Amino acid sequence: MNPPNIISVTGLCNSFGDQVVHQDLDIEVRRGEILGVVGGSGTGKSVLMRSIVGLQKPDSGEIRVFGEGMIGKEEDEVTDVRRRWGVLFQGGALFSTLTVAENVQVPLREFYPDFSTELLDEIARYKIFLSGLPPEAAYKYPSELSGGMRKRAGVARALAMDPELLFLDEPTAGLDPIGAAKFDSLTRDLKETLGLTVFLITHDLDTLYSICDRVAVLADQKVIAIGAIEELLAIDHPWINEYFSGPRGRAARRGHNDQSETARAKTQQLGR
Amino acid sequence: MANSAEFTVEDLPSGQILRLSGTFVIASIGDVDRGLRDISGPVCEIDISGVTHMDTVGAWLVHRTAKEHDAQITGGPHDAGRLIDAVRGVDQVEVAAKPPISSLYRFLAEVGGGVVVGITTLLQFLGFVGQVVKAFFALLISPYRFRWHAVVQHFDMVGVRALGIVGLMSFLIGIVIAQQGAVQLRQFGAEVLTINLIGRLTLRELGILMTAIMVAGRSGSAFAAQIGTMKITEEIDAMRTIGVVPAEALVVPRVIAAVIMMPLLGIFASLMSIIGGGLLCWIVLDIPPATFVQRLREVTPMTDFWIGMIKAPVFGAIIAMAGCFQGMQVQGNAEQVGLRTTAAVVQAIFLVIVLDAFFAVFFSEIGWD
Repeated sequence: MNPPNIISVTGLCNSFGDQVVHQDLDIEVRRGEILGVVGGSGTGKSVLMRSIVGLQKPDSGEIRVFGEGMIGKEEDEVTDVRRRWGVLFQGGALFSTLTVAENVQVPLREFYPDFSTELLDEIARYKIFLSGLPPEAAYKYPSELSGGMRKRAGVARALAMDPELLFLDEPTAGLDPIGAAKFDSLTRDLKETLGLTVFLITHDLDTLYSICDRVAVLADQKVIAIGAIEELLAIDHPWINEYFSGPRGRAARRGHNDQSETARAKTQQLGR
Repeated sequence: MANSAEFTVEDLPSGQILRLSGTFVIASIGDVDRGLRDISGPVCEIDISGVTHMDTVGAWLVHRTAKEHDAQITGGPHDAGRLIDAVRGVDQVEVAAKPPISSLYRFLAEVGGGVVVGITTLLQFLGFVGQVVKAFFALLISPYRFRWHAVVQHFDMVGVRALGIVGLMSFLIGIVIAQQGAVQLRQFGAEVLTINLIGRLTLRELGILMTAIMVAGRSGSAFAAQIGTMKITEEIDAMRTIGVVPAEALVVPRVIAAVIMMPLLGIFASLMSIIGGGLLCWIVLDIPPATFVQRLREVTPMTDFWIGMIKAPVFGAIIAMAGCFQGMQVQGNAEQVGLRTTAAVVQAIFLVIVLDAFFAVFFSEIGWD
């Protein structure tokens, strides 16, 4: 009943006027993985996500989410799919006239109008807790929150419907390293506790190394490589080489190796 | 997901046992929530071994019920325990509930808050006027900083582009005045006085007042919205850090444009009103245009024209200042831009009408009547 691939995109073509963004792009997201999507600026990472969630109408191609075709459907036809995913936009995209708690309740009220107010409040409270925000943030308006808190509030709203699939668009961009690391561990924890599948667009090499199961590289209007980072490192492509073996890429790998070595050392100590 | 969530209660000497079954997910939980709330207890055990599927909302319900009755959770699929543990953490960060506030206290607080806002807004407005005056004189001292380009652009927006609507509106108002005047004055056989009515009312009062209301609606609101949006996108903060004074760059050009354009629009509006009135006199009262113009020159003193021309720049300044001030007051979110834009228009029209009343009394007192 459950297809192994949560998302499968085949032959996707997108263009804006003369500018071709995607040409015959294929990508698959497996159940229960965190898939990182990387690519230079303007390679269409966000356009890919917008195509999958139905905000951008592609020129051609097929997109299936949860085994259901998404192309050519009206907005009200795929609500069953919509309630099974959550989307975090780059800036959080919280509704500015509602408090954080009310923001979380928007999708709930939309789909389950018969829920009692107490239940809605309780759900908002524990979702906000799961997203790692302090409880008093629930009554604040988005303009009173910092950038990092806004992203967490965005996650709380994306999680409101208990989705199986989470789209994150550059979640760590603009966060300080500590906040970014916390956000990474939040993503991993959510994936592990709630069994989420995560489609993660990022520029953050540390995020790729620390939490992604697989990484897809977008270049030349398609996905040129997809796989675990070690597999990607073996591929000889100028952009991939520059990306992962440039100064930042090397630093991130070193940091990741150090971390795993420390972890190994700790386990050895414990074993003794 | 056709399966629904259900529960049964089993009475034992030691207490009740809740047996949950079905799918405890967000889509099926609505009614069970109420049912579980209504259980009076005492419940000693919650058996979730019958639950086939659970998400965090289901986990929350189980956890909440268990906590309420101090009951034990038994059985259940492997995932359930993990989810219940995940939501359980929220209890450790409990915040103190806010004490209830009496309605009298809230009423007083609201009145007090309103007074404070009123006074601070007044003070801020005075401060704002001071800033603009200072910026104006700073520009007089170093005129090379003056933004001619912006001023000309606002001439176009405030003046030229308003010609169509202001002209049409004034023309119609001229017709209405003439028509109503003719009907009423005919009862006294004094139709010819309609010309006095048109000439004096238009030049002295209505021409300028209606133009001011139109400019407030068209340009005052635009000023507030433009500056308010710039405030939200941090453009104004960027200006400050670069060393550009927002009052010089944004407010002074708009105020100058409004001050210069208001009298010009006022003359145009008065002219259109007179043409409208004259047309009606010609058609309805058979007064030919030549007679109309001659009579108009006899009965309308030049002071009427000057009164209008003195008032117009003052109204222009008020409209532009109110718009820019409200724009600068925007903070936070997009809703504020809408609120402040509305406030700018209401404030501008209100101030214009109040001042108009003062002007009316003042000019009568100095003998310009």
